[in-house]
Amino acid sequence: MSDAASDIAKLPARGALYPAGVPAAVRLAGPWIALALLFLLLPLVFASGSALTMLSLMGIMIVFALSYNMLLGETGLLSFGHAVYYGLGGFLTVHAMNAVIRDGLPVPLPLLPLVGAAGGLLFGIIFGSVSTRRAGTAFAMISLGLGELVASSSLILRGFFGGEEGVSTNRTKLLHLFGLNFGPQIQVYYLIAAWCLVCMAAMYALRRTPFGRMCNAVRENAERAQFVGYNPQVVRFIAFSLAGLFAGVAGALAAINFELVNSAAVGAEQSGLVLLAAYIGGIGNFAGPVIGAIIVTWLEVMLSDVTEVWQLYFGLLFIGMVMFAPQGIAGLIMVHEPLWQARAYGSMLWLAVTYLIALLPALVCLAGAIVVIEMTYHISVKASDGPAISLFHLTLDTTSVKSWLAAAVLLGGGFVLFRLTWPLVGAAWHDAFVEARGAGRAK
Amino acid sequence: MLELVTISTLNGVLYGMLLFLMASGLTLIFSMMGVLNFAHASFYMLGAFFGFQISQYIGFWPALVIAPLLVGGIGALIERYGLRYVHRHGPVAELLFTFGLAFVIVEIVQMVWGKGPVDYRVPQSLDFSAFTVFSTNYPAYKMFELLTAVAIFAVLFAVLTRTRVGLIIQASLTHPHMVAMLGHNVPRVFMLVFGVGTGLAAVAGVIAGPALVTQSNMAAALGPILFVVVVVGGLGSLAGAFVASLLIGLIQTFAVSINLSVADVLGRLGVAPPTPGGVLADVWTVTVAQLAPIIPYLLLVLILIFRPVGLMGTREH
Repeated sequence: MSDAASDIAKLPARGALYPAGVPAAVRLAGPWIALALLFLLLPLVFASGSALTMLSLMGIMIVFALSYNMLLGETGLLSFGHAVYYGLGGFLTVHAMNAVIRDGLPVPLPLLPLVGAAGGLLFGIIFGSVSTRRAGTAFAMISLGLGELVASSSLILRGFFGGEEGVSTNRTKLLHLFGLNFGPQIQVYYLIAAWCLVCMAAMYALRRTPFGRMCNAVRENAERAQFVGYNPQVVRFIAFSLAGLFAGVAGALAAINFELVNSAAVGAEQSGLVLLAAYIGGIGNFAGPVIGAIIVTWLEVMLSDVTEVWQLYFGLLFIGMVMFAPQGIAGLIMVHEPLWQARAYGSMLWLAVTYLIALLPALVCLAGAIVVIEMTYHISVKASDGPAISLFHLTLDTTSVKSWLAAAVLLGGGFVLFRLTWPLVGAAWHDAFVEARGAGRAK
Repeated sequence: MLELVTISTLNGVLYGMLLFLMASGLTLIFSMMGVLNFAHASFYMLGAFFGFQISQYIGFWPALVIAPLLVGGIGALIERYGLRYVHRHGPVAELLFTFGLAFVIVEIVQMVWGKGPVDYRVPQSLDFSAFTVFSTNYPAYKMFELLTAVAIFAVLFAVLTRTRVGLIIQASLTHPHMVAMLGHNVPRVFMLVFGVGTGLAAVAGVIAGPALVTQSNMAAALGPILFVVVVVGGLGSLAGAFVASLLIGLIQTFAVSINLSVADVLGRLGVAPPTPGGVLADVWTVTVAQLAPIIPYLLLVLILIFRPVGLMGTREH
């Protein structure tokens, strides 16, 4: 007992990044200053036009996914209509920009996301007052219904939503401060990065307030939260409205980035995308939606270049995550934290090796699945282009039995080998945890 | 006017019965497993496409039987190897699993049949007009749809209330543990209910496919309305789902035929509309017919404000 206690005393405190004696203010602000520097320096590394566009999209998606996680991850509200606040924030911003341009008002562009924030908050309050009376499945269905209500209205109210072509604007026609006209993408990137940083810090701070903790309590057990003296409906309502606010900022940033908002911004696909991003990244951790936003944006841009059925891969990835890794990518990383804390480096290395061993057949299986999907798509929809397709730098004949056999062998063989190698990972995982427990760090 | 009312009532009841074919399966699955099957409308779509494909080879009548059996089988397999596995991660994961499933099924349908509509026609043996109301010929196929839906409803009701299997299912709804103690395989009952529920959705797909347009967006168009039906009726209430299905079927059918706008009503009362061209000017000129697609959602909001548990709902979920 005393041995274990002294062992623990020798180790640095949990999560300690700094040596002792660093002031609390630096500890608190340090990660954010580092993040700000990262945002500042990223365009120097990824300087091409397409990379800047993708970075801008990632920044928007990070804000959007984090705002979504205020609902799903923090408060336990599964929403299928979060794009409503994103889209309406975007539409209000575009109309505000056009009004500023028309009347020559002295408003610079960097302040316009505030319009989106106000709009998102307003509609969050309106729709939240109806939908947060219920939680669980009923809330999910209501959010879906409200999403459809707004999406269908967007095709009827053409004056506000601009019909099929949407509402466009010109971000360079506003008041220029410090000679910034926001024509070049790099200036827009920095605008988005600054707002992204502010929103990230605000949402992080919010989840550490007593209110943030009450949200968690309502998620875990609404009845007990009520015993403590808080009304779960009010907590849900406030969380919902604030999530609407940040979604509105994301929508405003998107409006500034594209100089166009159309009815797709309030639609079900956008709502689904943010759900996918937050969940794939991991809803139990603040970093999760950030990781998810980056990965989903990257996959969306990259996969849609490579294949026309990219959304199928997206859906399969999502189902795979729901089935086998419900804590998301951040959760997958975090399960290794106790090993890291216990400094069980030797068994971590062996664990990494077993991961690689199991990864190989998994990749073979994946390649087989990709070949099957692409060949099916080709023969059923694009048969008129001839039987040959090119995959992985190989040309395959989709009408020959050989190609299909090869794909089946890859798929089935990879799966069987994966099932054979997976117990290795389990064993390594068990050993690592036994060692970590010996060091008194993992429970 | 009377003609319009008669035809709209027939069409509305027909649409309502089709909605109920799906809503009944959805409600049974929900009350038994606590899972709202987000992909339910996708199984309806699969039914329509399977029906189309099978009727290309061996005709409509075999398709009417084979397609629902196939889809029901797929549904049962998905329950056995997907949903039952996800159950350990909690209800949110289950709902998200079916959400991902809906996403994937749409993509697979697009991958196999393309994005455009397929040529799924009314079978020739039913392609005539059943009767004439005033001057409108009412197609026999629509009567066939209506009768099929009513027949299935009757069979379902009889099975649930009059047979041993039905009693076990009913008991599993409320007391799954006790039913398991009595030696019944409750997980297998769940699988059966999921398979039958998705099969019912597929029946709706096979018979609605020729009358509507069979294409890959039909699940996304119908799915949200289906969820409105089960929430308005009260989650988990079969009778509520029945009433809500008919209500929404009738309201939507009648709304399409009413050509009245806010400006018309106010104009008769002597109120002048605001100057045209404003951002919200559309609010005044929109007709009820144009509003038809959003009426179910407006109804949902109203129900939630005045009766949050739904028309016949009793439990808070």
